[in-house]
Amino acid sequence: MTEHAEAAPRLTRRQRRRLILGGEYGVFVVAVVLLASLANWGTLKTNFAEWRVAKTLFPDIITVGLRNTLLFTVTGFALGLAAGLVLALMRLSSVPPYRWFAIAYIEVFRGLPALLIFIFVGTGIPIAFPGVEFPGGVYGQAALALGIVSAAYMAETIRAGIEAVPRGQMEAARTLGMSHGRAMRSIIIPQALRVVIPPLTNELVLLFKDSSLALYLGVTLQQRELTKIAQDVTGQQGNTTPIVAAAICYLIITIPLGHLARRLEARQKRGQR
Amino acid sequence: MTTVNPAAAVQITGLQKAFGDLEVLRGIDFEVARGEVVCIIGPSGSGKSTLLRCVNLLEEPTAGQVYVGGVELTDPDVDIDAARRRVGMVFQQFNLFPHLSVLGNVTIAQRKVLRRSAEEADRIARDNLVRVGLADKVDAYPAQLSGGQQQRVAIARALAMGPDVMLFDEPTSALDPELVGDVLGVMRKLALEGMTMLVVTHEMSFAREVADRVVFMDGGVIVEEGPPSKVIGDPAYERTRRFLSRVLDPAAAEVEE
Repeated sequence: MTEHAEAAPRLTRRQRRRLILGGEYGVFVVAVVLLASLANWGTLKTNFAEWRVAKTLFPDIITVGLRNTLLFTVTGFALGLAAGLVLALMRLSSVPPYRWFAIAYIEVFRGLPALLIFIFVGTGIPIAFPGVEFPGGVYGQAALALGIVSAAYMAETIRAGIEAVPRGQMEAARTLGMSHGRAMRSIIIPQALRVVIPPLTNELVLLFKDSSLALYLGVTLQQRELTKIAQDVTGQQGNTTPIVAAAICYLIITIPLGHLARRLEARQKRGQR
Repeated sequence: MTTVNPAAAVQITGLQKAFGDLEVLRGIDFEVARGEVVCIIGPSGSGKSTLLRCVNLLEEPTAGQVYVGGVELTDPDVDIDAARRRVGMVFQQFNLFPHLSVLGNVTIAQRKVLRRSAEEADRIARDNLVRVGLADKVDAYPAQLSGGQQQRVAIARALAMGPDVMLFDEPTSALDPELVGDVLGVMRKLALEGMTMLVVTHEMSFAREVADRVVFMDGGVIVEEGPPSKVIGDPAYERTRRFLSRVLDPAAAEVEE
C-alpha cells in the first residue's frame, strides 16, 4: 500500500451511509423471511382470520356490540364532562370546603383502577343498597361508572383550561358590569373549553376503550358491548377471530379520533382562533 | 367624615392600598369633575395604575372611599356590578374576548348585562364602531386586527355601555409606535365630546394637548397636580422635573449609580 492510500479515508461518507443502510435493511429482510417460513400460515389463518367464524359475528358485532360500546362511551362522557366541569369550578372556588371536596374526589378517583369502580357500581352498590334501581339499568350503571372515573380526569383538564384564560379576560368582563358567574359562563368557560377540546378528545378515546369494562356489570345478550361479544363468541367457537374483529372495530374509532385530537392540538399551537 | 360632592364624577378620599407589606397608595385625595380630562403621570411603580383600578374596584382599597357620581363604590353593600356599568375601562393589553367577533365583543355585555335586544345592541355597537373608525371590521376576530385596531374596539366596547366615566390604563403602551396615533386620536375626539376621562399615560404630548389637569404621582402619593402647562411645562418639584426629563428625552438620562 502506498502512503497516499493510507492517508485517504477507506470509505467516503456516502459509501459508509450506503453500507450501514444496506446492513439495516438486510437484517430486516432476513428476519421477515425467517418468520414467514417458520410461521404456520394455515393455522394462523384459521385461528385469527377465519371467515366462517367472522360471518357468525354479523350483524350483532355492529348492531349490538359497537352500538352499546358507543352508547356507554357517550353517556359516560356526558356525565363525566358535566361532573368534571362542576368539580373544576369547585376546585377553583373561594370557599375552602368546596375545594377540599374537589381535591379529595380527584385524588381518590384518579388513583383507583377503573375496573374497581365498575365492580363497585355493578356489584357493590346493589349489595350495599338492596333494591336500588339504576335509571336505564346496565346503561345507567355503565354511564355512572365511566362518569365517576372520567370526571376526575376531566376536572383537572378543565381546571387547567380555566386557569389558562388570562386574568385580564375576567377583569374586562367585570369592568363591563358582568357578575362573576356571568363572566364565567359567557367569557371564561367558552374560552377554557376551546383550550381543552384536544385533551378531552383524548379522554374520549380512553373512555371508549374503558367501556369494555362494562362486561363486569352482568349484561344480557342485547346489552353486550364489543369486548363481551368477542369474549363470548371466542369461547363458543374456540377461535380467536372474534377478538381480531372486535379489535378492528375499536381501531376504526380510536385511530381517527386520536388523529383528530392531535390535529386540533397542532392547530391550537399555531394560534388559530 | 368627608363631604360627598355630588357634582364630582369621581371623588376619592383617603385612599390607601397595600399588597401585603407593600404600600402602593399612601393616602390619595382627589376629584374629577364631570367632563374633565385628567391625565395621571409618574414613574412605574408610583401607584398610578393601582389608583385607576381602585376607581372601579378592580383592586379593593385597604382604606378610604371611592365615589362615582355620588355613589360610594367602597360601601360593602353597594351593587358593584351596577356601579361598574357606569365606569368604562380600557386596558393596556386590550383584553378583547378572543372567542367573539368584533361585533360580539361590543354587544355581549349590552345583551347580558343591560338586557338590550339583539337589534338595539347591534345598532349601538355599530354606532360606536363608527365612532372609533372601525365600521368595516364588525365581523373580524380580535386576532385578525392590529393592536391599534384592537384597542379601538376595546374603547367601542366600553362606550357601548354608555358610561359616565372612562378609565384608560396606559392604553398605548403595548402598541407599535406607528399605531399610537389612531388610538390617541379616538381619545382626543372623546375628550372633545365632553367625556369624563381619567388617563394613565406616558404620552406627554397627549397630556399636554388634551388634559384639563395633569396629576404627577410618585411613591404612592400625588406630588403635584394642575393644568398641563404648569405640571409638564413648569413643574414645581424636583421629582417631577427629573421624571419629565427622563420621559421627554430618554436618551439623555444618566445612569444612577
